[in-house]
Amino acid sequence: MRGRTLLGVAVAVVIGGYLTTRFVSHGYFYFASYVILQYIMLATAWNILGGYTGYVNFGSAAFFAVGAYTSIVLIKAFKAYFIFLALAGGLASALLGLGIGYLTLRLRGVFFSIATLALAVVLQTAVINWGYVGGARGIYILRARSVPFFSSYTEFLFFMMVVFAVLSVAAAWWIENSWVGRGLAAIRDNEEAAECMGVPTLKLKLFATTVSGFFMGLAGAPFPYYVTYVEPSSAFNLDYAVNSLAMPMIGGTTSWAGPVVGAILLGAAQQIATVTISSAWNLLIVGVVLVAFVILAPEGLVGLALRLARKRGA
Amino acid sequence: MARALLEVRGVVKRFGGFRALNGVSFGVREGERFGLIGPNGSGKTTLINCVSGALRNDAGTILFRGRDLGPLPAYRRTRLGIARSFQIPRPFASMTVAANLCIPLEYAAHARSRGADVAAEAREILRLIGLEAKADVRTGGLTQIEMRKLELARAMAAKPSLLISDEAMAGLSSGEVDEILDLLRRLNGQGITVIMIEHIMRAVMSFSERIVVLDAGEKIAEGTPGEIAGNKDVERAYLGE
Amino acid sequence: MSYDLLLNAVAAGLLLGGFYAAVSLGISVAFGLLDVVNIAHPVFVILGAYAAYVMNARFGWDPVLTGLVFTPVFYLLGMAVYRVYYASFERKGEEALRGLVFFFGIMFIVEVLLILVYGVDYRLVEAPYIGESFHLGPVSIAYRLFVPFLGGVLLAGGVYLFLGNTFFGRAIQGVSQDSLALRLMGADPIRIKTIAFGIAIATASLAGSLLIIIGPVEPSIGREYIGRVFAIAVLGGMGSIGGTFAASLILGVVESLTSTFYGPSWSTAVSFGVLLLVLALRPAGLFGR
Repeated sequence: MRGRTLLGVAVAVVIGGYLTTRFVSHGYFYFASYVILQYIMLATAWNILGGYTGYVNFGSAAFFAVGAYTSIVLIKAFKAYFIFLALAGGLASALLGLGIGYLTLRLRGVFFSIATLALAVVLQTAVINWGYVGGARGIYILRARSVPFFSSYTEFLFFMMVVFAVLSVAAAWWIENSWVGRGLAAIRDNEEAAECMGVPTLKLKLFATTVSGFFMGLAGAPFPYYVTYVEPSSAFNLDYAVNSLAMPMIGGTTSWAGPVVGAILLGAAQQIATVTISSAWNLLIVGVVLVAFVILAPEGLVGLALRLARKRGA
Repeated sequence: MARALLEVRGVVKRFGGFRALNGVSFGVREGERFGLIGPNGSGKTTLINCVSGALRNDAGTILFRGRDLGPLPAYRRTRLGIARSFQIPRPFASMTVAANLCIPLEYAAHARSRGADVAAEAREILRLIGLEAKADVRTGGLTQIEMRKLELARAMAAKPSLLISDEAMAGLSSGEVDEILDLLRRLNGQGITVIMIEHIMRAVMSFSERIVVLDAGEKIAEGTPGEIAGNKDVERAYLGE
Repeated sequence: MSYDLLLNAVAAGLLLGGFYAAVSLGISVAFGLLDVVNIAHPVFVILGAYAAYVMNARFGWDPVLTGLVFTPVFYLLGMAVYRVYYASFERKGEEALRGLVFFFGIMFIVEVLLILVYGVDYRLVEAPYIGESFHLGPVSIAYRLFVPFLGGVLLAGGVYLFLGNTFFGRAIQGVSQDSLALRLMGADPIRIKTIAFGIAIATASLAGSLLIIIGPVEPSIGREYIGRVFAIAVLGGMGSIGGTFAASLILGVVESLTSTFYGPSWSTAVSFGVLLLVLALRPAGLFGR
């Protein structure tokens, strides 16, 4: 029943997204919404591994960039259709997650986190040295002149991001409410006890890193078309790594709503702050808010709201 | 002699240069109440970790129903029917007591048949163990004995044929010890083989049909509680020279 | 000629490795001995480098002098950070997720603050020995590498002697093995860990001043060191000072050879490769038991 209601909401959001493109033509609206949708995807993907399973990924930027650069390669080599780019970007990132997970997840969780920290630096070096995708200079990507059903490519990109964001949130919702999610929660609470209670911990952890990687890659794949000029420092931007963990941490990590709320609030606040004050100040605020939440409000905004509602009810 | 349910053959476990287990062998029969005792650091918990799969033994074999457990990860062993409780309780702290039981029910007892009514089964087990009043409480709100009971309930929820109880009574009052003993006897009555690791001699001696004594990673005695009580080597191991 | 090149590359690698030891000591103590995964350590080193830059630019202080003078300040800073970490995460058993994110947040905040105050430009120091070099047969040794090497050796030696020969040192090593035994010794494990973490961060002061002697520094350079220091700590066998030193030399030489024969931009990839390889094949480290 609840599942059907949420399916209805998801369909409504997608239709709403399309109708928006029919009625809104304000350029900045699409620019800002795209960024927020991208963050909803990154935060949701991060939370599947971080919030549900308890494994911290510091390398979201690397997973995002793998999606973006996979798409650049496919555009250059085959002029591939958008939907193939997106899937390939997601899959490449999923494989990266699987690989890193396979190498490090049999050990203590921190080793996975440390490996993801170093990952971004190394992959960025690799891209800088790879002339085919533009190297350090960067690369220009041409958008298609027109797309059917949309009056501009920007609107098409916005709509696709709405679809992708809905997909990632739906995936998170399914995981959370299925036996998979309960197994992941058992791992987060006590991995050894989980294994002794029949939970195939390694398999489930690899599943979580792979799915999480997929959606990060899917978030990155449309990026070249969105910016039309990609350089390593923009695709590997530390902002992605920070925001994709700060947003769930601030919103709340135990349910799918947390990352969405965090991404919308923090994403919108950053859009405003970047316009009004400098982007460095803006990042400083994100960092300080992150640390404050981690210390003072570990259950996040959604958790705080639930606790408040329970107090009212009681 | 009936074929052993669990057979431990020459098991060796090393930690660096230290031999925690040095060629331990014994068998546990189907339906038996089996005691495993020994002084601190004698290797009891290490042995249990090797049986449950938390540790890999360096040499020797462990057979369950004649099947070599060697290559199987811990979760597969649980699904075959070996469940354990932990000496220091390790609850899933973000979940309610009932939800704690749903994990083994879903992942071990019904690993191949999803869709079973695990919630109802969880309540049934909690009722059996006397924790039903706490079903919807998070584990942080449990007392010491309730925590121990949860450990056992969770192991039971895996529907094991062999239950390993690792010092489930340490730190409990005498009345609480009897409560746990009674529970284990009832489980045994349902056909579950029980291995009890315990320091409380009164409990092991009254519970077990057969006892194995470990000291410094070696088996030093095996027999009925009566035989163990009169054994000179055991006395020496516990009291020192 | 190529033999000379090889010899020079190895010598440069050994010198660099000695300096890496200075950067990695803090991780070995915090991560290896105290089990505190301080991923922010490299940024404290960068902070040390900026202290050396400021004192050098304002008052003409020698960077090594700044490193020594600021050591107590970093010690206090480290103690304060650990207190917050302990009270907020470790005591509640939440270090695995939130504790890690906390250090990540600190790393990020310090980096952004440095950008806000000093910008993203490279900063450097001036000292009479920077730019000079001496020769050992065919090998040319630059002082800008030799001084950091020497500093790393002395720092590692100092920490090694402290851990092995003092009451606090032995207590710190005890903390990693058995906090019960420690209580029997009459020492409070939290106090010991606070002091030990203070020492771990204190090493970042001198390490930072050595870093800016080697070359110019900008705020985000610390990120390159994360893979490096953890590769060294794991390779060195987690918490062994001797192992850390040996692992530093190995990594320094491998990086220097890679940089000489394949190009300098690949040297950060080396440490990552080493880290993954060690984790996959021998997680106890080369020098672990």
